Amino acid sequence: MKRREFIQKTAAGSALVMGGLSLSSFAGPEVKKLTILHTNDVHSHIDPFPIDDPKFANMGGVARRASIIKQIRSDEPNLLLLDAGDVFQGTPYFNYYGGELEFKLMSMMQYDLCTLGNHDFDNGIDGFNAQLHNASFSFVSANYDFKNTVLDGIVKPYKIFMKDGLKIGVFGLGIELNGLVNKNLYKETVYNNPIDVSKDMARILKHSEKCDLVICLSHLGFIYANDNQKVSDLMLARATKDIDLIIGGHTHTFLNKPYIEKNAAGNEVLINQVGCYGLNLGRIDFTFEKGGKIKSGGKTIVV
Amino acid sequence: MRMTKKYNTYRNGFVLFLTTALLSACGAPAFRNTAIEAKKLPITNQYADNQDIEKFILPYRDHINKDLDSVLAYCPETMDKSNSINGWQTTIGNFLADVTFDKAATLFRAKENRSLDICLLNHGGIRSIIPKGPVTARTAFEVMPFENSLMVVALKGEQVLEMAQYIAREKKPHPLGGMQIVLDKDNAVKTITIQGKPLEAGKIYNVATSDYLYNGGDSMDFLGKAVATYYLDYKLRNIYIDYFKEVDTLPIIRTERIITQKP
Repeated sequence: MKRREFIQKTAAGSALVMGGLSLSSFAGPEVKKLTILHTNDVHSHIDPFPIDDPKFANMGGVARRASIIKQIRSDEPNLLLLDAGDVFQGTPYFNYYGGELEFKLMSMMQYDLCTLGNHDFDNGIDGFNAQLHNASFSFVSANYDFKNTVLDGIVKPYKIFMKDGLKIGVFGLGIELNGLVNKNLYKETVYNNPIDVSKDMARILKHSEKCDLVICLSHLGFIYANDNQKVSDLMLARATKDIDLIIGGHTHTFLNKPYIEKNAAGNEVLINQVGCYGLNLGRIDFTFEKGGKIKSGGKTIVV
Repeated sequence: MRMTKKYNTYRNGFVLFLTTALLSACGAPAFRNTAIEAKKLPITNQYADNQDIEKFILPYRDHINKDLDSVLAYCPETMDKSNSINGWQTTIGNFLADVTFDKAATLFRAKENRSLDICLLNHGGIRSIIPKGPVTARTAFEVMPFENSLMVVALKGEQVLEMAQYIAREKKPHPLGGMQIVLDKDNAVKTITIQGKPLEAGKIYNVATSDYLYNGGDSMDFLGKAVATYYLDYKLRNIYIDYFKEVDTLPIIRTERIITQKP
């Protein structure tokens, strides 16, 4: 009952926003919609925070997140559910079960794709690999070279999804592990420069694969104010082109709305990150219109 | 009411127009992204629990809670890192240093057939008190929430001197075992005794510590000058849990490891 009311009102709000911005009528060009839902740095936070928690009282919780996701799914058939890494580590659930429950619950929520965070190596690359059979979703990483590890051929650079005829390419990026994770945990994983790798990825996905949308799932971190050499999502956005959206993690940055940055070609890239611990779910809706009908105009970004 | 709030949030969303000219090129995708809407959805109790998920979690949660809350030992007196003994040691620091030293010494002997000389941890790494009363695995998780692992570093005598100077300079009661430092009234290092014997500059000492500190935590740079390192693959938290399982009552240890000489 309440859910129905929510959907109606959301639809009303949506129409209002659309109307106010004088978008062309839906009756005109063929329109498709894609909804991206995302989390990052959940860190094994399966239960909500205690009601007496000084910072996040009664926030988060997988059972609630699952309810929201289910509700949105019932309304949006074209949906991708993504996570930007650090699924593991932070509560005894990880210490006791090594990530089994995290992966099983994410499978139940029908996550589509993740990238690896540094903490996903906390039980070693073997510990991570040992839990993968519990995941119905896959992991991507384009700049970790796993050739000489157990993840060779298992973690691929990117994945392409087809949703109602829309082609969406998603590639993954991980942070430098040296100095952050013990070598005996990540073993022979080789870290390659994320910017160089992203240029290749974006070209492949946008131009060779002709994706309608290119998403980067990044665990690089949003920005490093004290270290302008360290590769961040912001630096990545500026230095590359053909990436539409960067979903970030690692720095536990709570963005109230996606950050919009100009890429190397002067086009907008959205960067989003929703804090940590499953306190928030990010939602980004993309509207697509049949290209031939649009001669000039613009893109409307409501965030 | 709750839903109305949701609706308002949506309407009040920040609106930004971008009028980038759309490039039309040959081979462009048939569908072009023309609009983007984004919002952050806070996960609060306005959303009911998904019962399938909740039921699935329950046995895991029950098992962990049962395990974490089962009583392993008894603590006769609250150990609190904010209550120091003459400024240079705490009962909890002494306890953690000595337990870590003993476990590390046994493991180091078994794995490497070497003897341990010193144990050094960090004051900042003690994240909770050990309250008077029942001691559980949850206590260990609270005291040591991090995944830091035990390691042994072999230091030359001169680095052990640097260690003493670091402690004197930092003025923090870092947990210390196997070693005694005497400071003069100006906090300069006067004597160092290891396993009851005076420090020898040319000798190699084996120091148990955590991988976190070895990797640069708390700027203990002398650890990085180790001539050999041994990873013992034993989480500090598990050391404490294993110790709690072995004893009935935790010892309250007041021995002084760092002593300032009275003028």
